[in-house]
Amino acid sequence: MTEPLLRIEGLQKHFATTTGGAFSKVKGTVKAVDGIDLDIYPGQTIGLVGESGCGKTTAGRTILKLYEPTGGKITFEGQDITHLKPKQMKPLRSQMQMIFQDPFASLNPRHTVGTLIGAAFEIQGITPEGGIEAEVQRLMARVGLNPEHINRYPHEFSGGQRQRIGVARAIALKPKLIVADEPVSALDVSIQAQVVNLLEDLQDEFNMAYIFVAHDLSVVQHISDRVIVMYLGKVMEEADKVDLFTHPRHPYTKALLSAVPVADPIKGRKRERIILQGDLPSPVNPPAGCVFNTRCWKAQDKCRTQVPELMQIGKDPSHRIACHFPEE
Amino acid sequence: MTLKPFLEVKNLNVAFPTEDGLVQASNEISFTVARGETLAVVGESGSGKSVTSLAVMGLHDRKRTQISGQAILNLDSGPVDVISADDEVVRKLRGKAMSMIFQDPMSALHPYYSIGNQLIEAWSLYNEGDKAAGKKRAIEMLDLVGIPDAAKRVDEFPHQFSGGMRQRVMIAMALINNPSLLIADEPTTALDVTVQSQILQLIRDMQKEFNMALILITHDLGVVAEVADRVNVMYAGKIVESGGAEDIYYRPDHPYTIGLLHSIPKIGELESKRLVAIPGQPPSLINLPRGCSFRARCAFSDRVSGNLCATTAPTLDTKTNEHFSRCHLPEAELLKARKEIGGN
Repeated sequence: MTEPLLRIEGLQKHFATTTGGAFSKVKGTVKAVDGIDLDIYPGQTIGLVGESGCGKTTAGRTILKLYEPTGGKITFEGQDITHLKPKQMKPLRSQMQMIFQDPFASLNPRHTVGTLIGAAFEIQGITPEGGIEAEVQRLMARVGLNPEHINRYPHEFSGGQRQRIGVARAIALKPKLIVADEPVSALDVSIQAQVVNLLEDLQDEFNMAYIFVAHDLSVVQHISDRVIVMYLGKVMEEADKVDLFTHPRHPYTKALLSAVPVADPIKGRKRERIILQGDLPSPVNPPAGCVFNTRCWKAQDKCRTQVPELMQIGKDPSHRIACHFPEE
Repeated sequence: MTLKPFLEVKNLNVAFPTEDGLVQASNEISFTVARGETLAVVGESGSGKSVTSLAVMGLHDRKRTQISGQAILNLDSGPVDVISADDEVVRKLRGKAMSMIFQDPMSALHPYYSIGNQLIEAWSLYNEGDKAAGKKRAIEMLDLVGIPDAAKRVDEFPHQFSGGMRQRVMIAMALINNPSLLIADEPTTALDVTVQSQILQLIRDMQKEFNMALILITHDLGVVAEVADRVNVMYAGKIVESGGAEDIYYRPDHPYTIGLLHSIPKIGELESKRLVAIPGQPPSLINLPRGCSFRARCAFSDRVSGNLCATTAPTLDTKTNEHFSRCHLPEAELLKARKEIGGN
C-alpha cells in the first residue's frame, strides 16, 4: 500500500493535575490519551468513538498538535511533526484543519462570516484567484449558504448554518486532513443528516481524510471506513467498520453497541442488551490492569493485574483488541 | 377506579409576547395519558415539546405567558384543570400528583445542600414527621433507584455524584411522594450511552412500581422506540402526528415523520446509503406561515391539489384507529411517499 497521509504511533497525552494555589505542586497525571496507533489515507474516514472522558477529543486535538504530545510520534506526509514548534507548524496548518462541536462557541460573534472564512487566506498569506471575497462567496455557496449573507454575523444564522460556516472555514485551504470533533451532535436530527451529507460530498470532491470524533455510534457507523473504540485513554478495539459493527470482539464494544437505542419498536425491544453496571471510573485514578475491568462482566483476577496488550484477532489483519478474554 | 385517563390536555395553546411579536410556542395541543402508559413526545428544538409540558406542570409565569385550553388531572378527589386553577392549588399538585425530571441533572440539584436535605425537603412538603423519618424515606428512595451504599451517600453533595447517579437522585426526588404522572424532559440526553440504558431501564421499572402515567420528551427516535406505547410528533408548535409506537415507526403518515425516520443512520445498516435529509429549517414561531407549517420543507406538497397546503392549515385527522396526522396528502399519495423516501 502507498504511504499513509498521516501516521500516528503510540501517541500519548498526559495532563498534570496540580494542588492549585501559588505554590502549586503536581499531584498526579491524567493519562487522557495513552497509546494510539493509526494510519490514515487520503479519502479515508476513521471514527474515534467512546464515552465522555475516554480521551477521544484530546486525541483529535493532539493529532493536530493543538496539544503538545507527551509521547509517541506523528508523521504527516512522511515528515515527523511530533515536536515541531507552532511557527514551524504554521505552513502545515493549511493541510490539516478542524471542525468543532459547538457552532455557537467556535465562531467569533464580532466577526462577519466573510471575515471568519476569509481569515484562513489572510493567516496563510494566500490570495486566491479572483480575490478573497469572491472565493469566500464561492465557498459559502458550496456548503449551502447564501453567498449574499457574507456580511452577516454568526448570531444571524441557525445552528445548522453555523456548522456550515465552520465547514466552509475548514475546507477553505483545501486541506488533506480534517479532524471533526462531534460536528453534528449539537444539531437537530433533521439538520444532522444535511451536515453529514455535506461532509461526505466534500470528501468525494476533494479526497480529504477525516478523523471523525463522536459518541454517536450510528453516525460513526454511517460515515467511517475504520473505527477506533476508546475507553479511559486506551484503545479497546479497532477494526474496519463492517468487522467492528458485525463482529465486535471486545466486551466493551459489544456493550456499547447493545446500549444504542434502535429506532424500531419491535426489533429494539427484542434485542438482547448488556447493561453495564456503574459509571466510568475517574481518569485521575484509573483501575489497575485492564481499565475496563471494573465494569466488565467477564473480568477475572488476571484482568485486575495485567494490562492487556492491543493484539490482532480474527481473520482481518487490521482488527486489534486489548482484552484477555475476547468475545467469540 | 375511574376509566378516565389520568391526564387530559384539551386544545392547549401557549404563546409568549415578545418585542418582535407573539411567539406561538404551542398550538392546538390535545392528548391524554393514562396510568401505566408511556407517551413519548418527539420533536426538534423549538417544536414546543417542553413548553407544553411546563404548561401541564403549571410552571409558566402567567404574567408573561398567554395560555388557553385545559390540562385536566383526574384525581381520586375529582378533576382539576391545571390551567385555570389558582397557583396555590397547582402548587399542591406539583410533586404529589405530578412530578418532573429535567435534562441536566447538574443544574437541577442545588450544589450547597446535601442530597439528603434536598430529598427531605421534597418529602416534608406532603408528609408529617420529623427529619429522621424523612431521612429514612430518602435513603429508601435512593436505594430504590439503585444508588449503592445509600445510607452513607445520602449525606454527600451533588458534586460527589457522577452524571448518571445525579439523574438517579433526580428520579428519587421526583418519585418520593408517589406521583401519578411523571414528565421526563430529555432525561438521558446529557448522559453517555451505557449510562442512558441504565437510566431508561430504571424509569421503566419505576413506572411499573408506581403505576404512573409517563410523558417522555425526547428528540432521540431510538429512545422513543424502546419505551413508548404512544407517540406524539411535534413540529413548529403543533402535534403533526400521533399514534401507537408501531404505527408511527412502521406506518408513518406525516411527511415530517417519514423524513425524520429516514434521516437518522441506523445501527446495523452497514451499506453507506446517502442519508435522506429534510431540506431547510423549521419556521420562526413568530410569523408562522399560513397553511401547513411544514410546507416549505415538504417534498410532497405539490401533489396536493388546489394549493391547499399554502392556504389552509391541515387539521389533526384520524387516518386509522387512534392514528392521527395533520396533512392534506391523500391516502394513495401518502403510500407512494412512504415508498419513495424509504424504499420499502
